[in-house]
Amino acid sequence: MTIAAGYNFGYLDEATKRMIRRAILKAVAIPGHQVPFGSREMPLPYGWGTGGIQVTASVIGPDDVLKVIDQGADDTTNAVSIRRFFAKVAGVATTGRTAEATLIQTRHRIPETPLREGQILVYQVPMPEPLFRLEPRVAETQRMHALADYGLMHVKLYEDIARYGHVAISYNYPVMVNRRYLMAPSPIPAFDNPKMDRMPALQLFGAGREKRIYAVPPHTEVRSLDFEDHPFVPIRADAACSLCGSRDTYLDEIVTDDRGGRRFICSDTDWCASRREEGR
Amino acid sequence: MAYVAVKGGEDAIAHAHAWLAEARRGDPAVPELSVAQIGQQLGLAVDRVMAEGSCHDRGLAALAIKQARGDLIEAAFLLRAYRTTLPRFGASAPLDTAAMLVRRRISATYKDLPGGQVLGPTFDYTHRLLDFALEAEGAPPPEPAPEAEADGAPMPRVSGILAQEGLMAAEPASEAPPGDLTREPLAFPADRPLRLQALARGDEGFLLALGYSTQRGYGNAHPFVGEIRVGEVAVGLTPPELGFEISIGDITVTECGMVNQFAGSKTEPPQFTRGYGLVFGHGERKAMAMALVDRSLRAAELGEEAAAPAQSPEFVLYHCDNVDATGFVEHLKLPHYVDFQSELEKIRTLRATADAAQREAAE
Repeated sequence: MTIAAGYNFGYLDEATKRMIRRAILKAVAIPGHQVPFGSREMPLPYGWGTGGIQVTASVIGPDDVLKVIDQGADDTTNAVSIRRFFAKVAGVATTGRTAEATLIQTRHRIPETPLREGQILVYQVPMPEPLFRLEPRVAETQRMHALADYGLMHVKLYEDIARYGHVAISYNYPVMVNRRYLMAPSPIPAFDNPKMDRMPALQLFGAGREKRIYAVPPHTEVRSLDFEDHPFVPIRADAACSLCGSRDTYLDEIVTDDRGGRRFICSDTDWCASRREEGR
Repeated sequence: MAYVAVKGGEDAIAHAHAWLAEARRGDPAVPELSVAQIGQQLGLAVDRVMAEGSCHDRGLAALAIKQARGDLIEAAFLLRAYRTTLPRFGASAPLDTAAMLVRRRISATYKDLPGGQVLGPTFDYTHRLLDFALEAEGAPPPEPAPEAEADGAPMPRVSGILAQEGLMAAEPASEAPPGDLTREPLAFPADRPLRLQALARGDEGFLLALGYSTQRGYGNAHPFVGEIRVGEVAVGLTPPELGFEISIGDITVTECGMVNQFAGSKTEPPQFTRGYGLVFGHGERKAMAMALVDRSLRAAELGEEAAAPAQSPEFVLYHCDNVDATGFVEHLKLPHYVDFQSELEKIRTLRATADAAQREAAE
């Protein structure tokens, strides 16, 4: 594919890419710490993945193979739109296959296929601050991160357990990275949290509107917050995929009629299709 | 299968965009609107898009309005996304608005003042009656308005007149280059140049409501319009290869200087303080709202109580940008079914736990 005329490789100019790469290097050096960066207006709206797009644009090379997923699927409209954007401005090869991709940009899911060393997973992040629902003032949350003062979040989890018997967070479930920084894993389901722990691939997080980048380097410890007597439990629908029969993947619930009819299918379309191919 | 429709695809996007293009053009029997017509006859919309898009280019702003079907926030976004790709040659010298070629200049604090009051082209004092004569097309253009000879008298700014008497708090002079929030992320505490930058490109509606709130008791403002002036100012730039300042053109701006009461403190005598607004084009509402909010954001530095929303820099500056705001609000349209699924499972679990507890209590 040819690169769109009039634009630099990867859309961003080289000075901007360098600024973003510096932020990424700092983020990798301090796992889980949010690094401010001079986020640019992109030709896609804030809130639609501009942070992830800027990170991807800064690390992508001509030999990369790009996969873009939204809600676990390659064919959701926003994933299609972002993949087309990079095909146009970087001319790179794209794929739906997790194993074939060198660079995966994602919104709301981690692929079911375990990632390997050398791959990069780029998350689109709406709100990088894990504490924002408890403390909206950024100046205040920065102080709390500096002092590793995360009592507020522990109290929130404790109050959930006292009121409901469970932690009432089902996605964007807060994690401790490298035993130092509290981090928002972006709105992935809590089911995906364990995949972040000691992942061999590099995980980069880009929040465009909030102008923050953070990272989890390969093989870094990522722990979901919990208590000894109330350990973290990843949740999924207690059902099997009606297409591939999987019982250990994350499922989407499909409403099939207006009489309570439901069926479940894998949210990761690549995983589901591969399993069906192997089964045949 | 039922779920395929939900997941859309390349075809759906292409077809939707084709439909959008058709809807934008409207009925082909109606003549197409030209960018020049938008620039000339929807001039205040163009001004607003230049201000919120923070890019002074009437032609591009008019094009953006045409492309956005008149959605001004969408148009501002188009302009911003273009602006961010432009190379930066340098920073201009500070505008000298005292030397403005004034089209309109009014003061609410002095009946008469050096340079006089100039009403200019304004909706003020028009009766808001729909003018059905405008419906008829092909009417001859209006007669040119009577013109007085410019007397060339200087028009000093009202804040300067008050400062001469020592009644207006002096602004600390600084040679430090101001920050640039289009290159560096906003950080707090944000100094006044940075705050003014954010307000200048902030959403007119948001700033209007905030400014209004300070008048209604949420912030305790006592403002007077010292002056509003609209007109053309020269933009000066010193190219490094020349070493002296040259004028690179004139732009239209609206400036508002609000005069506000200040009770004084231990170190400062009672005096007036400034709220300042400056926007591209002719935008009095925005310039006035900006001046009100600028002053209320100074509450903390002036040692005033700061409890109202308009006095909180984080609240105002993080939320005044409509390109940010519309992106994040509208992204709720994107699929969220993975998160919603985990919420479904969670709420089913919580309800089961609550049911079990109730049954236990009943037994």
